Amino acid sequence: MEGSKRLSAIILAVVIALFLVSWIVKGLAISDSGAALWFSVRDAFFITLAAFLTLAILSFLYKDNPYYKFAEHLFVGVSAAYWMCVGFWSTIVGNLFPNISESLSGYFDVPYKGFNPFYFIPLILGIMLLMRLSARAGWMSRWALAWIVGTTSGLNLIRYLRTDFISQVSNTFVPLLVDWKGVGPFFSDLSLSASGQFTMTLANWVIFVGVFTGLIYFFFSKEHKGFFGAASRVGIWVLMITFGASFGYTVMGRVSLLVGRLTYLFRDWLGLIS
Amino acid sequence: MSSVGLIISLFIIGAGLLWLLILSLTGREVERRIVFLFIGLAVSVPLLFNITFSERATPIVLDVFDKLEDLPPGSKVLLSYDYGPSMAPEVEPMSNAFLRHSLAKGHKLYLMALWATGQSLVATAVDSIIKREFPDKVYGEDYVNIGFKAGGTGVLNVIITDFRKMYLTDVDGLDLDSLFIFDGVKSLRDMDVLISIGGGFPGVKEWVLFAGAPGNIPTAGGCAAVSAPLLYPYYPRQLLGLLGGIKGAAEYESELKKRYPRFETMPTPGIKMMGPQTLAHLVVMAFIVIGNISYFISRRKRS
Repeated sequence: MEGSKRLSAIILAVVIALFLVSWIVKGLAISDSGAALWFSVRDAFFITLAAFLTLAILSFLYKDNPYYKFAEHLFVGVSAAYWMCVGFWSTIVGNLFPNISESLSGYFDVPYKGFNPFYFIPLILGIMLLMRLSARAGWMSRWALAWIVGTTSGLNLIRYLRTDFISQVSNTFVPLLVDWKGVGPFFSDLSLSASGQFTMTLANWVIFVGVFTGLIYFFFSKEHKGFFGAASRVGIWVLMITFGASFGYTVMGRVSLLVGRLTYLFRDWLGLIS
Repeated sequence: MSSVGLIISLFIIGAGLLWLLILSLTGREVERRIVFLFIGLAVSVPLLFNITFSERATPIVLDVFDKLEDLPPGSKVLLSYDYGPSMAPEVEPMSNAFLRHSLAKGHKLYLMALWATGQSLVATAVDSIIKREFPDKVYGEDYVNIGFKAGGTGVLNVIITDFRKMYLTDVDGLDLDSLFIFDGVKSLRDMDVLISIGGGFPGVKEWVLFAGAPGNIPTAGGCAAVSAPLLYPYYPRQLLGLLGGIKGAAEYESELKKRYPRFETMPTPGIKMMGPQTLAHLVVMAFIVIGNISYFISRRKRS
C-alpha cells in the first residue's frame, strides 16, 4: 500500500515536471517566432495543457487511471458549463429580454422588440424546470417536463410520419427498369458509370430485393420455409451487410478522431509536421 | 520522402502483423493493447511521412458540389454547424470546403448552429477562413453568423416560417433588420440550398425532416461517418447529396482543387486523413483475418 502511494507520487511528480518542461520549451519556440512574451507564455500553457489532457484520455487504453478520470470529469464539467452559458446568452438574453423588458434589453445591449406577455410562459416553465433542484418543490418540474414532452411528441409525430415514414416508403417504389427502351438499346449503350442505365437499374433492384427480403425476415406470422425461408435468409444477409457497412463507417469515424488528436500532438504540440 | 515513409510504414506494420499471425497460429493470445498499438502506428506513420492518396468524387458528393456550382452567384446558402469539437476532426474539413466553395462562387452565406458548441466553431471558421482568404467579403452583406439557438427541431419549426421569431439579432447582437443580407429574407423557404454539417441530434436528418422536406428546399449534408449509413436512404429524393465521413470530405476537397486553381494550395485535411485511414483499415482487416484464423484453429483443437 505504502509502495503504491509512493509510486503514484513519483508518477505525479514526473508528469508535473514533464508539463513544466514542455511549457517552457513550447513557450521558447513560440517566442522565437516573434510573439510577445505574455502571448507565448499563455499560448504555450494552453497548447501543453491540451496535449497532456489528450494523453490523459488516451492513457485509458492502457488501463483506467486517475489522470484519465481527471480529464474526463473536466471535459464533462466544461461542456455543461459551456452549454449553460451559451444558452443564457443566446436564449434568455437573445430572445426573452427583448420581448419582456426594455431596460433589460438596454442593459444587455440587444434591440427591444416590444412587450409580449406570451414570453412569460416559457420563462415560468423554465423556472419550474429548475425547481427540480429543490427537494420540496421538485414536483413542479414534472409539469414543465410534461409540457415539453407533449408538445415535442405532438410536433414530431406528424413530421416523422409524413416525412420519414411515408416518404421513405415511397422512396422504395423505384423503377426496376430505368429508362428502358428495349433489350437492343440496353446492351448497345451498356456502361458501368455510376449514373448509367445498368448501374441505376442494378441499384434499384438491390433496394427492391433488400427491402422485400428484409421485411420477410421480420414477418413471423408464417413459418420461414420454402420460398419464404429462402427470402428470409436473403433478408438476413442484407441485414448483415448493412451492419458490416455501419461497422466500417464507425471504424472510419473513430480513426478520423484519432487522426485529429494525433495531428494536434504532432503538429501543434511537438511541431513534427507542418 | 513520401514513398520512403510508405515503405517503412508498410514494413513495420507487415512485420508486426506477421508476428501476430505466428502468435495466433501457435495458439497464444494477443493482448488488446497490441491491437491499440498497431492502430496507433498505422495512423501515426502516414501522418509523419505525409502519405496521401488521390481521391475522385463519387456521384453522391458530386451532386452537392454541382448544386453549389450551378446556382447563380448571389444565391442564398445556409450552412448549419451542428457539431462540437469532439466531432470536428471528421466534419470540419467538410464545413471549410463548403465555406470556400460558396464564397468563391459568390453566394451569400448564412451561418448558424443547432448545437451550442457549433457557435464558437462558426466564429473560428469566420476568422481563419473568411477573413484570411476572402478579405473582400463584407460581413452583413456577403455572409452573416446568426449563431446558436436552443431548441433543436423546435428552432427549425419556427424558422421555416419566420427567422425573426427565433433570431432577433445576429451572434453579435446586431438587429437582423439592420443587416443587408437579410433584406427580403423571411424564412428558410427563401434559401436556395440548406447544408447541415453534423453527426448527432439535431443534425442532417432533422434538417431533412423539419426543413427540407416540408419547405421543399434543396437540402444537402455532411455527416460523421457513424451516421452516414442512416442518412443514405434519404438520397437522392429527400437529400440532394451527402458527404459521408472523412472520405466524403476528401472527395469534395479534391473536386474543389480540381475545378478552382485558387484552392490548389489550400489546406486539405480530408485528403491528408485518407492515408492514415487506408492503413488503419488494412490493419483492422488484417486483425479480422487473424482473429478468424485463431478462432478456427482453437475450434479444431477443441474438437
